[in-house]
Amino acid sequence: MKEKHTIIITVANKVGILARITGLLAQRGYNIESAIGAPTELSDIYKISLVINETDHHIEQVTKQLNKLIDTIKVVDISHKNNYIVREYIILKVKSNLKTRSGLFELIEIFKAKPLDVAQAHLIVELTGHVRKIDRFIELLKPFGIEEYVRSGEFAMTEYNGIK
Amino acid sequence: MNGAEILIDGLIREKVDTIFGYPGGVVIPIFDILYKTDKIKFLLTRHEQGAVHAADGYARATGKVGVSIVTSGPGATNAITGIATAKLDSIPIVVISGQVPSGNIGTDAFQETDMVGLTRTICKHNFLVQSVKELPNIINEAFHIARSGRPGPVTIDIPVDISMANLKDYKYPEKITLPGYKPVEKANPKQIKKLANAIKSSKKPLLYTGGGIVISQAHDELVKLAEKTNIPIVTTLMGLGSVSFDHPLFLGMPGMHGTIPANYAISECDLLIAIGARFDDRITGPRHSFVTQAKVAHIDIDPAEISKNINADIPIVGDAKDALLKLNESVIPREKNSWNDKVEKWLEKYKLHYNQPTDGEILPQYVIDRINEVADEELIVATDVGQHQMWTAQFYHHQKPRKLITSGGLGTMGFGLPAAMGAAYGSPDKTVVTISGDGSIQMNIQELATCAINRIPVKIIVLNNSFLGMVRQWQDMFWDKNYSGTCLKQTPDCSPQCSGPNENCTEIYYPDFVKVAEANGVTGFRVNKPSEVDKVLKKGFETNGPVLMEFIVKEEENVFPMVPAGKKNNEIIMEDIR
Ligand SMILES: Cc1cc2nc3c(=O)[nH]c(=O)nc-3n(C[C@H](O)[C@H](O)[C@H](O)COP(=O)(O)OP(=O)(O)OC[C@H]3O[C@@H](n4cnc5c(N)ncnc54)[C@H](O)[C@@H]3O)c2cc1C
Ligand SMILES: Cc1ncc(C[n+]2csc(CCOP(=O)(O)OP(=O)(O)O)c2C)c(N)n1
Repeated sequence: MKEKHTIIITVANKVGILARITGLLAQRGYNIESAIGAPTELSDIYKISLVINETDHHIEQVTKQLNKLIDTIKVVDISHKNNYIVREYIILKVKSNLKTRSGLFELIEIFKAKPLDVAQAHLIVELTGHVRKIDRFIELLKPFGIEEYVRSGEFAMTEYNGIK
Repeated sequence: MNGAEILIDGLIREKVDTIFGYPGGVVIPIFDILYKTDKIKFLLTRHEQGAVHAADGYARATGKVGVSIVTSGPGATNAITGIATAKLDSIPIVVISGQVPSGNIGTDAFQETDMVGLTRTICKHNFLVQSVKELPNIINEAFHIARSGRPGPVTIDIPVDISMANLKDYKYPEKITLPGYKPVEKANPKQIKKLANAIKSSKKPLLYTGGGIVISQAHDELVKLAEKTNIPIVTTLMGLGSVSFDHPLFLGMPGMHGTIPANYAISECDLLIAIGARFDDRITGPRHSFVTQAKVAHIDIDPAEISKNINADIPIVGDAKDALLKLNESVIPREKNSWNDKVEKWLEKYKLHYNQPTDGEILPQYVIDRINEVADEELIVATDVGQHQMWTAQFYHHQKPRKLITSGGLGTMGFGLPAAMGAAYGSPDKTVVTISGDGSIQMNIQELATCAINRIPVKIIVLNNSFLGMVRQWQDMFWDKNYSGTCLKQTPDCSPQCSGPNENCTEIYYPDFVKVAEANGVTGFRVNKPSEVDKVLKKGFETNGPVLMEFIVKEEENVFPMVPAGKKNNEIIMEDIR
């Protein structure tokens, strides 16, 4: 059964590392749902979070292949682990007018989202949280008319020790 | 020292004694330093593909890392097939390519191609040198990566300004820091114990071994295990020679053109012990129906190979030699049983055969069989790709590892001659023969001149059947004999819907291989009659320098046995039913 897996890859901070990783996944026929990469507190270490929708068997293959890259230091599939804090970030633009604005602000309040730009006809908000929370937020805003949004994709950190 | 000097110094420190290559604008600084050193021999091939295959053949024959240098752009793209060939067969080579000046990268500069991008999926690792400071580490790491763990090709792309840039405090690194790269070499003793127990309780065990045995030089340990436990062995194309062809426990090669005993044994065993073999689809057929009756143990140095194609019940990550040494200690001797009897009966009943009439056409199998008469166990045999390759696998008497040089994974036509040349250049004390077809030989035929001018005494056998035989065989057997695009004698006068040789066929064919040989300074012989085969082989092997022997063989001979694509290992077409 296909399922979303969040995979955290710790790699040496070398040129083209993102291309290496995404290229490998494409070559082996896996679709990436989201990928984010960014430097870490150690200048020579880079971290990449991937979300892939695949079966357990394929995910095992993916992690092995990722591990095989010379620059890979560590690969963890955190999907079935509960000692991780997982977050996603979204910026969203939604239609708004005099009639709908208060309803929108109620939702923003409940979700602890933050308005970034309030205009006559639309509203831009940001929200951080677990993926499920983001999904729900989007769902509830749909009736108002979503104009566009960007999501960061998931990223995560262990609660204690863990990835180094 | 400048980048080029650092590179050559690094190569010498990595014990490189030979480079195969081809120059161009952005590598002149490197060639200039090569010119000044007497520690490295340089062989100028006639094509970059030839250079990389030669480095590959050198690596396969000697076990050392093969090295090739090419220029940017077209030089680099010409090297691609060679790099991919080495990747698929896990061969350690380092390919150095020149690149346009750093500042011009990304501008579509003259002869710029993104070598790192192009080679990403066909090499074990690659580097683009961004500053001369990085160069010493990169060279050091490239060789380490190429030869350790599961070997493979590594490419280093060096912009020309870096070859010319100076580095003040050059020191070749003494240790490698690759925090993410630590091949597991020691096999886990617990898993070995598990395997030893599985062997103890198995009634029908089988060893299925491959290129990993050759790479880890574990052939003696393998034979020791087999003899201690009386377990029959099948070896893949890449593993041929790790067990001598005449060993009583050896059943031959499994797979599409493997022997019947080998394929039957795979279909009936209850414990399949895979060592350094990667369950290629030429062997497994449809994966879901492969060895469903057996437990599978898999020893491989690459964790990603284990359970990739076939699920392993006993996974063992590690070097084959280490695993076998440990296994030989813990396994208890096993007596021959009814399984051995059965296997021996198969061996007795299903022998590979051909029927060479004394008069008439030469059979390609016969030529290969007769090579056995002029060969000694040290003979290195390189092949091209096609039917002749399979007949070489079947009929040549493989006795020792590292003697068969063949492109198994990528199946690269045009590999044979340059690979043989590289092997011969790297082992001047050994005789090297290449067995090719009239199709394949034309794909790197320019290297005849390289052999001649450099006095590289490769013996070249061309089995001329006027067809791209292997593809024609498939058309013959599975595509209604629609010989589309496979006849090398087809002229504009021929019917486009030809189904094989007929009374309208022309006698003419091109090129005249003997003339091509002679024009290139290579001795050429042509053989038309079975009675002349031995004589010419003898003469060819005795003649100094490179020799091309062309054998005009039966046009429509097919390779058997054959497990058709998509069929199970016991669904074998045994012989020609035409
Ligand atoms: C026309 C054609 C027909 C073919 N037909 C057949 C056929 O009928 N039968 C057949 O067998 N092949 C056939 N082949 C070849 C086939 O395509 C594969 O190349 C071959 O089967 C792979 O061999 P292998 O499994 O030994 O793996 P290799 O490619 O040799 O790989 C070696 C394996 O060993 C591992 N390894 C490397 N080093 C070590 C170490 N130190 N310790 C442990 N493990 C190690 C590697 O990780 C890898 O998994 C054919 C090829 C062609 C071109
Ligand atoms: C570069 C390349 N192109 C195409 C193929 C597909 N192919 C496999 S075998 C073969 C025919 C080889 O013909 P030849 O060298 O004459 O050998 P024969 O099979 O006749 O012995 C072809 C075209 C290949 N393996 N490699």
